[in-house]
Amino acid sequence: MSKTASNAALLIQFYRDMLLIRRFEERAGQLYGMGLIGGFCHLYIGQEAVVVGMQAAIEPGDQVITAYRDHGHMLAAGMEPDGVMAELTGRSGGYSRGKGGSMHMFSREKNFYGGHGIVGAQVPLGTGLAFANRYRGNDRVCLTYFGDGAANQGQVYESFNMAAVWKLPVVYVIENNQYAMGTAIQRSTSETHLHKRGVSFNIPGEEVDGMDVEAVFAAGRKAVEHCRRGEGPYILEMKTYRYRGHSMSDPAKYRSKEEVQEMREKHDPIEGLRARMLAAGAIDEAGLKAIDKEIKDVVAQSAEFAQMSPEPDPKELWTDVYA
Amino acid sequence: MSIPILMPALSPTMEEGTLAKWLVKEGQSVKAGDVIAEIETDKATMEVEAVDEGVVARLLVAEGTEGVKVNTPIAELEGEGAAVAAPPKAGPVAAAMPAAPRAAAAPALAPQSKGDAATPSDEIPPGTAMQDQTVREALRDAMAEEMRRDNAVFLMGEEVGQYQGAYKISQGLLEEFGPKRVIDTPITEQGFAGLGVGASFAGLKPIVEFMTWNFAMQAIDQIVNSAAKTLYMAGGQMGSPIVFRGPNGAAARVAAQHSQNYAAWYAHVPGLKVVAPYFAADAKGLLKAAIRDPNPVIFLENEIVYGKTFPVPVMDDFVLPIGKARVVKPGTDITLVSFSVSMGLIIEAAAELAKDGIDAEIIDLRSLRPLDTATVIASVKKTNRLVVVEEGWPICSISSEIAAQVQGEAFDWLDAPVMRVTGKDVPMPYAANLEKLALPSLDDVMAAARAALYR
Repeated sequence: MSKTASNAALLIQFYRDMLLIRRFEERAGQLYGMGLIGGFCHLYIGQEAVVVGMQAAIEPGDQVITAYRDHGHMLAAGMEPDGVMAELTGRSGGYSRGKGGSMHMFSREKNFYGGHGIVGAQVPLGTGLAFANRYRGNDRVCLTYFGDGAANQGQVYESFNMAAVWKLPVVYVIENNQYAMGTAIQRSTSETHLHKRGVSFNIPGEEVDGMDVEAVFAAGRKAVEHCRRGEGPYILEMKTYRYRGHSMSDPAKYRSKEEVQEMREKHDPIEGLRARMLAAGAIDEAGLKAIDKEIKDVVAQSAEFAQMSPEPDPKELWTDVYA
Repeated sequence: MSIPILMPALSPTMEEGTLAKWLVKEGQSVKAGDVIAEIETDKATMEVEAVDEGVVARLLVAEGTEGVKVNTPIAELEGEGAAVAAPPKAGPVAAAMPAAPRAAAAPALAPQSKGDAATPSDEIPPGTAMQDQTVREALRDAMAEEMRRDNAVFLMGEEVGQYQGAYKISQGLLEEFGPKRVIDTPITEQGFAGLGVGASFAGLKPIVEFMTWNFAMQAIDQIVNSAAKTLYMAGGQMGSPIVFRGPNGAAARVAAQHSQNYAAWYAHVPGLKVVAPYFAADAKGLLKAAIRDPNPVIFLENEIVYGKTFPVPVMDDFVLPIGKARVVKPGTDITLVSFSVSMGLIIEAAAELAKDGIDAEIIDLRSLRPLDTATVIASVKKTNRLVVVEEGWPICSISSEIAAQVQGEAFDWLDAPVMRVTGKDVPMPYAANLEKLALPSLDDVMAAARAALYR
């Protein structure tokens, strides 16, 4: 593996990928406000370092699956912003031709397996993807993401048990953003250090600063290599934070403005990396400006595409029910 | 005094078994809990324990005797104070066994309940040799053939491997295919159902066995939300080629939580296919089709039906289409429709009606989604009368769906209202008499048929 976190090009890639997610999500929020996106729409703003660091830690052919706060995962996996945004607007140019929406998108090509709307359901599914790797005897690894809310679902532990018994190559990435919808983790969870949840299954786990993309990348590589060596599952608890509400309709009155402000100002993953890159001389202000401009254009283009793409043909109602 | 030891029922549906081995001799003293014999059922070998203290006075059934009916006296125990050497006393045995002929018939090798003559002649080339097989064997053969054909096919579930299947459906598969492809799971229905769906997303073809469909309610979210809907939600990019199978519906005396029929539940869901065969040939041909199908298939078996024997075509690759009903017997006067275990009832009912000169057409739906209403409607246009029989509850059931479709498409052909015979709208009771009342009976079917015939 040639990737090292000290590599300036890699840091710039992290920055670009995180910024794309941030700007994309901000635009999605706007489009939602304009009534162009409907239903549930869960924004990833604040958590960008987690998917960007983890995606960099895997290889082509490794799989990714997550729940419904999934736009960031798809962009990190290399799915086209146009297709993701057009799915959000329910248009034929979307990844699911408008039939999935924000919570249900997939890309076989990019090994992104959804996009699942039921809290915790993606955990056995991801474990099954890892099972398929082992069944086929390849060395692929599956990243299975879930949140601190899903960590209280029974099927997560059913999965842990099978993954450990059968030594399946799955990294369980727990995105602990500290609120299961509106319930603070302390109010819902007896042991709030979720990386310990694998102890009784003999699954190693560690806590990671999920606001620091380099820390995520380093932990991710270690976990992925553990799986690839055939040593079974691994748990990474990413301590992270979402700035927005649970979904667009959430006023987030369960936490103080000061708390959010503190995270934004002192722990923002993008600002943090930006400062570190400048300090290290990895990039200069002009270089950052160029990236900002590039991302802004990509996102503007995706919003344009998502509004111009036609609605699905009424015939689509009846297709894809059966293969 | 002499205490008869009776052939025990070792499972809810056991009617007879083989007395494999005596572990005690005549004259031997036993305590309650001592293992005295081994009995083989169609599912397992089980140990029989003495329930009382005493001396084994007589062994009434020889080792190796097959087809010993449940409740047949197999030995006599002399209780405390009784003279061991005393000659056998017929009295207490007879008293304990009012059905004397059963005792007398005990050593006779009773054949397994024979399937009725109907064979799927339209789907089997003329001249094909047929062999008698149980539904259980047909299901096993279907899985084995598909596993030989395609390495992506594997079986997982509770006790499918080393135990050879809780209902012995997977007998021999572990030996042939090894633990990589015949996978014993922990008791974790939601987990392994979801794991199977995930594996199917990656292109494998899992057969997930539920020990019974009752336990699949723990997993129904994965079946409906993950397996059935993904193809649609993904705009056709990926789906779930998976089979969920296991026994469905009432077994015998296992009460409310273990006696539920899920046919209508799954038939309700777009994206699923649902199959519920009765005959062994259909079980085989449809299970093979289910395994090859690129969609998630719910395969509803039945514990009562597992042991039934029917002819199965001897063919290299016998695959039947999902979604086609079969006219088991043509008739002109009334149409009787059912599926799975209740087929037995309408076949019996047709025979009863024939005694009154009524020629009933018998239709086996076989598949519930897609539901072959065209075959039913064509039949109704011929007979003008319809009775639909199912074991499940009546509200929003398979029969209510058929009634709705028939009134919509064959209204002018109906000479009587569509009659339905279903399980009663109550949780399954345990008591034998109540259980019998809760299930559809031959009398229920005959009453419905006579009502439809106005006679």
